[in-house]
Amino acid sequence: MCDAVIILLKIAVVFGFVLNVAAIMSWAERKQSAVMQDRIGANRADVLGFRIIGLFHPIADTIKMLTKEDWIPPQGNPLIHTLAPFLSLFAALIVFAVIPFGDTLHVGSLNIQLQIVDLSVGVLFVLAFGSLGIYSLVLAGWSSDNKWSLLGGVRAAAQVISYELALALSIVGVIMVYGSIELDDIARAQGQYVLGIIPYWGVVAQPLGFLIFFAAAVAETKRTPFDLPESESEIIGYFTEYSGMKFGAFWMGEFIEIVAVAGVVTALYFGGWQVPFLNDNGLFVPGLFSIHLPHLLVVPLQVLAFGLKVIFFCWFMLLIRWTLPRFRYDQLMNFGWKFLLPLALLNVVLTGFLLIVF
Amino acid sequence: MKIVSEKLSLLESLYLFEIIRGLMITTRHFTRNMYYHTAHLFGLYLDVPAAVTIQYPEQKIPMSKRWRGKHRLNTRPDGSTRCVACMLCETVCPVQCIHIVAAEHEDPEIEKCPESFEIDITRCCWCGMCEEACPVDAMYMDTGEIPEASYSREELNYNKEVLIKQRPLPGYQRSLNAPGGGAPKVNPLGLY
Repeated sequence: MCDAVIILLKIAVVFGFVLNVAAIMSWAERKQSAVMQDRIGANRADVLGFRIIGLFHPIADTIKMLTKEDWIPPQGNPLIHTLAPFLSLFAALIVFAVIPFGDTLHVGSLNIQLQIVDLSVGVLFVLAFGSLGIYSLVLAGWSSDNKWSLLGGVRAAAQVISYELALALSIVGVIMVYGSIELDDIARAQGQYVLGIIPYWGVVAQPLGFLIFFAAAVAETKRTPFDLPESESEIIGYFTEYSGMKFGAFWMGEFIEIVAVAGVVTALYFGGWQVPFLNDNGLFVPGLFSIHLPHLLVVPLQVLAFGLKVIFFCWFMLLIRWTLPRFRYDQLMNFGWKFLLPLALLNVVLTGFLLIVF
Repeated sequence: MKIVSEKLSLLESLYLFEIIRGLMITTRHFTRNMYYHTAHLFGLYLDVPAAVTIQYPEQKIPMSKRWRGKHRLNTRPDGSTRCVACMLCETVCPVQCIHIVAAEHEDPEIEKCPESFEIDITRCCWCGMCEEACPVDAMYMDTGEIPEASYSREELNYNKEVLIKQRPLPGYQRSLNAPGGGAPKVNPLGLY
């Protein structure tokens, strides 16, 4: 009984965080791009004259999408057409089940693992459900009874499958370094130090792997510079025939995917919940000072650190989206197969070599 | 068609450093603008803009002093219009958007006054000939305002009361006998 309550609480916390961040992302994307381009951004939706820097816009958008007509193409397949956006949402959300957001919390006799499920196949689970997202693209394109949607779906599937290889291979390096495929073990192992002062985070151990992973992960989220599957303005993407909240679900899925990728990057390469020099006993900088902190303060600090890291990477992915131009399709495929994949293989070989030598 | 592609240097062909360079440019803009946006919220550096956006209609671009804006009927000190219904503006108007109905004025010193004075702003071509033709200092286009959009044509048919209410923009006024006026001050904080 107690376990069930704890698990439900963890689900509520994690999904509350993820869904809220994803909802705010739709606002942040408009506002951040505006600030980057010396503009103001959406700020006209007001309630009783209050604009609160445009934060009513996500609500207004949601109301708009909920009240719009939900149109299914007459020759399309209504079941699959309806299923596709939910698959996209589901595949993006479920990844958070295995992402650890804090160290084990000891309250009285309770040991609470701050992770919804501690699967022994953590990394594989992430990859598996990341791939499941492809189905939503293909099914959306296929069930729309529109040749261009179908082509968009095929394009999206080709892209996502291509970059999945590099994505998985870049994670292999991390698995080799930390010797585990459980995400909480990987995060815990990143609490060690190199030479006593540099935190042994994934990005320190695997700088090349991180770059490959991040490039492939941005491609997985289907955002600029890899946004050929949808490319709203020019090419026609797989969700052309979607309207109302089903279209909104695709957008929501995309934003959740960004948060998910940010979470995975944080867990694998940026120490998860680890804060440098903050361990179970408090703040400890070797040779300088040490402050004792109670366990019940340390763990919330670490959870906060995890949240901030995730938000930073969300910000960073928006920054990339509004900085880089889009790849051409042949460039995209060349980059994935002829550059990232060999590089990822090289990274695995190099990591193995270095692990044997040292 | 001749396609010229520049040869990339080794560092450029790695993309990575060029990507970092691009990200640095956008980050610089982001941090600089965020700094001033935040400072504005605390009432600091209000004269340094954080964005190039001009938030019309709260903020307006200063127009040239000779720019012809919305019409206004100049008034006598008692508040009534200076117009004597001589019909010169109605006659000179190339698009015939001015409609005046003349009436006798109560004051025997003044011959006539307009019973109704309407400008169909949807037809106006902003030539300014009415302003030039007016012999009695009554018609000016120095309000510095662009007519607002409207939901009905009737609202865009400005009558005498509307035209008398218009005030010249300070610094723009072309009449020596203009009533005091001025654009409302915009609180920059209200724009967030």
